Amino acid sequence: MDIVVENLTKIYGTQRAVDDITFRVKTGEVLGFLGPNGAGKTTTMKAITTYLIPNEGQIKVGEFSISEQPEEIKKRIGYLPENNPLYEDMPVIDYLRFVAELQGIEKSKISDKLREMVDICGLEGEKHKKIGELSKGYKQRVGLAQALIHDPEVLILDEPTSGLDPNQIVEIRELIKKIGRKKTVILSSHILAEVEATCDRIMIINKGKIVADGSSEELRKHAQGKEILKVTIEDGDWNSIFEKLQKIDSVEVVDILNKDKNIFEIQSKNNQTSRKKVFRVCVDNHWTLTEMTPIETKLEDVFRELTLS
Amino acid sequence: MKQIWVISKRELQSFFDSLTAYIMLVAFLGFSGLFTWLYGSDVFFVKQASLQAFFGVAYWTLFFFIPALTMRQFAEENKTGTIELLLTRPVNDWQVVIGKFLATLLLIIIALAFTLPYYITVASLGKIDHGAVITGYLGLIFMSAAYISIGIFTSSISNNQIIGFLLALAIGIMFQFLFSFISQGSGGIVSEILDYLSVNTHFESISRGVIDSKDIIYFLSLIFFGLVSTEAVLTKNRR
Repeated sequence: MDIVVENLTKIYGTQRAVDDITFRVKTGEVLGFLGPNGAGKTTTMKAITTYLIPNEGQIKVGEFSISEQPEEIKKRIGYLPENNPLYEDMPVIDYLRFVAELQGIEKSKISDKLREMVDICGLEGEKHKKIGELSKGYKQRVGLAQALIHDPEVLILDEPTSGLDPNQIVEIRELIKKIGRKKTVILSSHILAEVEATCDRIMIINKGKIVADGSSEELRKHAQGKEILKVTIEDGDWNSIFEKLQKIDSVEVVDILNKDKNIFEIQSKNNQTSRKKVFRVCVDNHWTLTEMTPIETKLEDVFRELTLS
Repeated sequence: MKQIWVISKRELQSFFDSLTAYIMLVAFLGFSGLFTWLYGSDVFFVKQASLQAFFGVAYWTLFFFIPALTMRQFAEENKTGTIELLLTRPVNDWQVVIGKFLATLLLIIIALAFTLPYYITVASLGKIDHGAVITGYLGLIFMSAAYISIGIFTSSISNNQIIGFLLALAIGIMFQFLFSFISQGSGGIVSEILDYLSVNTHFESISRGVIDSKDIIYFLSLIFFGLVSTEAVLTKNRR
């Protein structure tokens, strides 16, 4: 099921929490919302789940619109809200049964479904405990189980791994990846590594607007633009190497990182590469090229550059 | 309809899980039993096979207990955020509101059912007016339903249970005796309006054994206003 968001605007008081956002998520895609706190990630997600009524704009999930057929959308959506709110005084299994009944799963299939969820989410040992007695990691699993129990076509996960330990984070990520193959998933996070590890596509939101949209490679390239190489050249004098490198036509700047070891940083001009030419220069001058490493812009840098303005 | 029942069932379960239901049942049966059989104008004192004493006590006990039952119904969900998960299920606001309303009403009906032995015992002691007993119970149910809808409304407006409780009690007091109290001191049209607004007037008229459509409409409209306001609050919170 595709999700189409058009000109979504949500205003709280005088603040535009979400400002005229338009995007589309295709079936089978895992989209990661990235942004600083208060950027509008949660608000956008709440609007897609039909919980928040937007001031302007339209959202369609499949062929259903949030204003016209919210019930149809609610049947097909699995939602894990921020902070994972649950009925703390209910035993896990009773809670999941309650959710299954509300989601309209047939009575005869509920027991099987419960067993399946307990299995997938690893809740076998805790299923009769009250939710309030569980650790944060197990609560999160209950949160995922309630979102998945009716086999929804669309999954909305608001910070699904917040507060978990590293092992649990890896487990949950694997689970999301596994589930995400057949479903449309939107998840939010402010952990960059997480979004990079689980999502096909990343959307960075800042102050209610989309500031970047694409795969992690695309975002890097977009931010980088220029090729940066770190090279070590031996068997030569640093001064002459420096001069020759600067004469290469595609090179913009050469920096000397270490004079004794002849380590240089070469920045090429826009959309040009200097790798072959650097190698040529070394061969022509009988120098030995012992290292050439392209320096990648980290997603962190992209994020900071886009959201700190 | 099925969705409403699923919600009611969970609410009722949570009353029993949190011991609220047991405390309420024990206290209610204790109070009403005491005043029906042992103390004040009890059955033996008035020497009549009548449940008037019981209805009088139940009327006041329920008045205080109901806000305590309804206060957490929405306030708790607002506070923990579970309301968001509930409203993103395939249910509409109305089903949630009515589900919660019916759960509390059902608990009150269970409590009243436990007092049926009073009726059977009193009936065996002498000639009892069966009609007045039935309408007396009916009056209690109507009055409870009205206060439940007010309690649910006050619970929905904030995430603080205490506010829900006190506000329900404050609104309840107006209907319970303030209106009739002011009505007695004033005259003319004001007096009539206030008298009509008083729950007391209608409860007495029903429990005397007369079912008047005027009283039924009164209670139904109180219930209706309570539930409509709750639904309005739920919608407002999502804007």
